[in-house]
Amino acid sequence: MAITVRIPTPLQRLTNGQGEVSCDGKTVTELLGDLERRYPGIKERICDPQGKLRRFVNVFVNEEDIRFLQGDQTAVKDGDEVSIIPAIAGGSYSGHVTV
Amino acid sequence: MTLSKEQILRYGRQLILPEIGVAGQQQLTHAAVLIIGAGGLGSPAAFYLAAAGVGTIGIIDPESVALSNLHRQILHTTEAVGSPKARSAQARLEALNPHVTVIPIQERLSAANAADILDAYDVVVDGSDNFSTRYLVNDAAVLLGKPLIHGGVVHFGGQVMTILPRQGACFRCVFPEPPPAGSIPSCQEAGVVGAVAGILGSLMAHETLKVLLGLGEPVVDRLFMFDGMTSRVRDVPVRRNTQCAVCGEQPTIRTLMELEPLCAGTA
Ligand SMILES: [Zn+2]
Repeated sequence: MAITVRIPTPLQRLTNGQGEVSCDGKTVTELLGDLERRYPGIKERICDPQGKLRRFVNVFVNEEDIRFLQGDQTAVKDGDEVSIIPAIAGGSYSGHVTV
Repeated sequence: MTLSKEQILRYGRQLILPEIGVAGQQQLTHAAVLIIGAGGLGSPAAFYLAAAGVGTIGIIDPESVALSNLHRQILHTTEAVGSPKARSAQARLEALNPHVTVIPIQERLSAANAADILDAYDVVVDGSDNFSTRYLVNDAAVLLGKPLIHGGVVHFGGQVMTILPRQGACFRCVFPEPPPAGSIPSCQEAGVVGAVAGILGSLMAHETLKVLLGLGEPVVDRLFMFDGMTSRVRDVPVRRNTQCAVCGEQPTIRTLMELEPLCAGTA
């Protein structure tokens, strides 16, 4: 068993089109590290160069925003579902990919 | 104001819903909704709101219709290419429902004009395409206490969130800051599926009607997401952030400020 990570549409190009991938780790930080090992280039879209979650991206563990848990130190375990949810700007005449 | 025979026929199928009825229809007649962007989300939203009989619809968009808009921006016709979107939208909406007063605003929303423009409306629908406008609209709506229907679409998916200022989470509560200028890899147009914009724009119209009529449970304190690849919908709970810069306990945004445009020319 592993942790299911839901990948938002704009980042699915980095996961070979997959909307859900499996990763491991004990915390969100470890999980994102494992995600980067499996899909190089994805972490910089989620975290800034210091490794902090970007302010226009949210991570939810089992539908709870980690900012209201222990942030990137929030514990994760097998069977958990983690969602990466970026803000979307598009809608009108040109859409910017957000992350 | 009583409904005319023509209006009773026109709105009959929604009038017979006890949740709407004549009283609800009259409420809609007196309502004013501002739509930001006559684009992929604003088009279906505006069409359904006009069809439903919302009395006044303002449409702000500084751009002109381009051929590459037409696969998703269904307010505009091939004939309208080159003409201002706000005007093109007005013509289509008035043709659909002559009872609706459409106010075309051919301007770019800015910190200088946002309060004046938003103030005249009961609900704001944000179908804009860039972060500087989105944060500006959120901040203006929160400061003025206007309900805001937020929606975004890109590629095969999108999001909707209904914001009732100081009652539920605002856009900034969920996404505290826009990406810094220059951090976005490219400002070239991102791909988007027209019908997916239609799904989300229609939901935005529906949320607007619910807020205007006080019906059901709007998408408040939830972020609704549609994934067009799987055609699955889901929502995650979101909540007000006490640290929110605009609606938190110690707000740093008390007046509208201009956010740096992300890309010159396309904002
Ligand atoms: Zn807020």
